[in-house]
Amino acid sequence: MTDTSLQPDRSAAEAQFGDYVALLKPRVMSLVVFTALVGLLAAPVGVHPMVGFAAILFIAVGGGASGALNMWWDADIDARMRRTRRRPVPAGRVAPEEALALGLALSGFSVVMLGLATNWLAAAWLAFTIFFYVVIYTMWLKRTTPQNIVIGGLAGAFPPLIGWAAATGSLALEPWLMVALIFMWTPPHFWALALFMRSDYDDAGVPMLTVTHGRPATRAQILVYTVLLAVLAVGTGFTTVGGPVYLAVAVVLNAMFLKGAWAIWRRDEARAEADDYRVEKRFFRLSLIYLFAHFGAILAEAGIDRMGLSVGGL
Amino acid sequence: MPIAKTHEMHRRRLGRNLGVALLLAAFIAVIFGLTVVKISEGTFTPPHQEGT
Repeated sequence: MTDTSLQPDRSAAEAQFGDYVALLKPRVMSLVVFTALVGLLAAPVGVHPMVGFAAILFIAVGGGASGALNMWWDADIDARMRRTRRRPVPAGRVAPEEALALGLALSGFSVVMLGLATNWLAAAWLAFTIFFYVVIYTMWLKRTTPQNIVIGGLAGAFPPLIGWAAATGSLALEPWLMVALIFMWTPPHFWALALFMRSDYDDAGVPMLTVTHGRPATRAQILVYTVLLAVLAVGTGFTTVGGPVYLAVAVVLNAMFLKGAWAIWRRDEARAEADDYRVEKRFFRLSLIYLFAHFGAILAEAGIDRMGLSVGGL
Repeated sequence: MPIAKTHEMHRRRLGRNLGVALLLAAFIAVIFGLTVVKISEGTFTPPHQEGT
């Protein structure tokens, strides 16, 4: 008799390697990696490629660790939402204690390794980011206030600052502008998602703005934040982070983003339901392109500066 | 009939073990690379020379 016949049910719950990877939220990690990389490369100090690679790797591991801790704490909410119920913990493939252990171990590992590979300022900011995401956002704000996304978004905004600190060992205005860009981008991005994933947050009892203040108020807030974001994003084009390439990208994308937010604000629920939230879904997809394009443009400006090129005298 | 029949569970365990092995190998490579860079760039200070 084999061990498999003794424990027939265990095989169904036995985690695969991919389940542990899923705990680290690889899609969120891709945003962390990209924005941290831009912060690192936009810094005025050159970094050895190996050190830069290690820095991004450990920042990504830190981001993944906070994802695992988030999944450990939020397993009850995740089980009730259509979008998240297949995650490893609510699906029963990974035990909650395992997610907690992995998250804690990787948090400590990533902070110490980033400190050893680069400097302790970057490591301290990574530790603060993990703390902010897990304790301030996940454990406290997410279940208590409709401003959860606004304040919690700060955690997702820090990676370029960590990347900059890893390169320079100090902080400056430029990385804070990048942080502000992601910070202001997060509310319209998530509220658009909350509009078309309509029953999910209601079912889970998460006080999203759509649940506490209603959907018309959410549509208005998307427009307000998009206007503020557009001012910030275009204004950044006139700082040392920006330049002509960035400015061109910012003007085009912010015009598109404002148009989308305006369309969302003008719609009511009946029209949105009639076309299955087409405008809201399009705005959400555009928001992803928006952020990657802005950071891509910052990266391009840094490349232009490094090559000693100047375009249009800016 | 073999005593240890291959089962889905064994396949998953093998996948996990291989994944961990590859991660460890990659980690060793990263540490080795970092060590070479830090020593060749002269930014590494051996403990017995600190404060001298």
